[in-house]
Amino acid sequence: MATPTEYPLPTEGAEGEWNEDSIRQEVNALRHKPGALLPILHAIQDRIGYIPEGAVAVIAEALQQTRAEIHGVISFYHHFRTRPAGTHVLQICRAEACQSMGCRALESHIQQRLGIGFHQTTHDREFTLEPVYCLGNCACAPSIRLDDRILGRMTPEKFDLLAEQLTTSTLEVQ
Amino acid sequence: MAIRIYVPCDTTALSLGADEVARQIQQAADDRGQSITLVRNGSRGLCWLEPLVEVDTGQGRIAYGPVEPDDVSALIEAGLLEARRDHESCLGNIEDHPYLKRQQRLTFARIGLTDPLSIDDYRDHGGFQGLARAVELSGQAIVDQVKESGLRGRGGAAFPTSIKWQTVLDQPDDQQKYIVCNADEGDSGSFADRLVMECDPYLLIEGMVIAGLAVGADQGFIYLREEYPVAHRILDEAIARAEAEGYLGADVRGTGQSFYLEVRLAAGAYICGEETSLLESLEGKRGLVRAKPPLPAIHGLFGQPTIVNNVLSLATVPFILAQGASAYADVGMGRSRGTLPIQLAGNIRQGGLIELGFGVTLREILEDFGSGTLSGRPMKAVQVGGPLMAYLPESQWDTPMDYEAFAGLGAGIGHGGVVVFDDTVDMGAQARFAMEFCAVESCGKCTPCRIGSVRGVEVIDRIRAGERPEENLALLEDLCETMVDGSLCAMGGMTPFPVQSVMKHFPDDLTG
Repeated sequence: MATPTEYPLPTEGAEGEWNEDSIRQEVNALRHKPGALLPILHAIQDRIGYIPEGAVAVIAEALQQTRAEIHGVISFYHHFRTRPAGTHVLQICRAEACQSMGCRALESHIQQRLGIGFHQTTHDREFTLEPVYCLGNCACAPSIRLDDRILGRMTPEKFDLLAEQLTTSTLEVQ
Repeated sequence: MAIRIYVPCDTTALSLGADEVARQIQQAADDRGQSITLVRNGSRGLCWLEPLVEVDTGQGRIAYGPVEPDDVSALIEAGLLEARRDHESCLGNIEDHPYLKRQQRLTFARIGLTDPLSIDDYRDHGGFQGLARAVELSGQAIVDQVKESGLRGRGGAAFPTSIKWQTVLDQPDDQQKYIVCNADEGDSGSFADRLVMECDPYLLIEGMVIAGLAVGADQGFIYLREEYPVAHRILDEAIARAEAEGYLGADVRGTGQSFYLEVRLAAGAYICGEETSLLESLEGKRGLVRAKPPLPAIHGLFGQPTIVNNVLSLATVPFILAQGASAYADVGMGRSRGTLPIQLAGNIRQGGLIELGFGVTLREILEDFGSGTLSGRPMKAVQVGGPLMAYLPESQWDTPMDYEAFAGLGAGIGHGGVVVFDDTVDMGAQARFAMEFCAVESCGKCTPCRIGSVRGVEVIDRIRAGERPEENLALLEDLCETMVDGSLCAMGGMTPFPVQSVMKHFPDDLTG
């Protein structure tokens, strides 16, 4: 299976591409809001897939804050990433309700199957794996989140099927 | 009439294939030339039966569950479209289901019945009656109703809601005031906030508008966790529709008062469920906890008077206004008035939402509602109230669900989440996880939490490895005490509770 890479190269294609104008567009659309920084960071990450280092100065200038302040906020929140992710972001819930239903074994299975640990991306850039602490689906545990889809009563078998489907459909598209 | 078929659209149902189930049912009906009306309703909170499909032929809603995509074709063959009852997954008329019949649904009276985004559905089922009452009352009279209801904050701290409201009302009116809804439902085992937002979003909107009218605030924010994408979509749409119908905006229902509402997305930091950290985050900063005082009610968001309430607290207000404070206060026990939405989760056969008056025992929840573990093995420990609360051994399961009774055990009810573990659980690992979680999620402002949690993991590792266990247990006790007494907020201050409960009730698992 794919080998992990800690420092992936930026992806080709629309997501991941950015320039200062695209950042400025997002900033200008939201800067008038009180407490605009989190909405701005979400907008940039939604558009580009991550928050590029070069965005920090643009945001800082627009909000009249220091670059250190902007960087401090980005680094505080687990959700914001400063490097591109894989095609799919896969989160595995590690919290108590999922623990009671075997999420630790599921976690090991998924890590082994993908050949990566948390905060890593597969070599084929298909999956980035992240931990998450509760998806609010606690009566149908264990749960994982694939991009914006939450999947309950997950098992290693169900996951393998899902991973296969995703990999196959990507090949078909190409 | 065309039969109506209901397929829920909340996260749990979707997580088990509800969209595909709905698609297949529509397809099967089309193939048969049968006319159906497919409604995407909210969930009734009977999570173990999701996706729960209901068929209304005019004589009640006949339910089938769980119906996953692979089950649909067989169910269609067995007469699902005609509401035939001879299939093994047919549950009969869902209103007669004992899990629902035994509940006292005041806040959750409507969930599962309606299309969450239909304002007409909401009005037809008693929605906006609380607001209609509120517009006739003075701000003080609204606050008095909340006070008489005895409502205490459902987010976990159980602080009287009316005290926050009164404090904000008492601040001079010539300044901006805010209503902030804490929808950062991060405690594992909790999903009642999510159910409100996904299955009855106008209820939360109505509660927030009432709060705004009561204290003279014209801006509200719902601080929503990023882990809830379905709730985000539904809330945004509900707010747009409520605005179009004059329930939000420049002139709320002809009162001349304005109230604007906006969802603000969090970014995956557990600590931002703490109210002062939440306010920092809303202001666009790192979510560092603030020292109190000053209280948020006086010096809150952007330094202005601010009500910060949990989703459930705000969602309870419409009932109180519509039915009267005493209708709510008459339910419950002791100083815990009204109902508690209990969320039963983890290793349990029948997990779901159970709204009952305070006073029901934990054992009744686990056995009568839960029907034992899903694995079929004996239960060993139950964590009530989230990751910062104690693990309860069986000897404590006869405790009534009441804030004071649980406090007496050194435990808490928190947000009402109940997570069940069977006898395969390693409680030493659970104690370690409590410290590990705190180390991951601490905001870092105060030392006992930031450093204590890291040291806690290390000490527990040494104990579990058999390294000088007695000395290290004494050290762990001392560390727990330091964190409880010395931390700035509940994160560091309560992380020791699950650890101490393991030391007390499951010592063999720790030293094992």
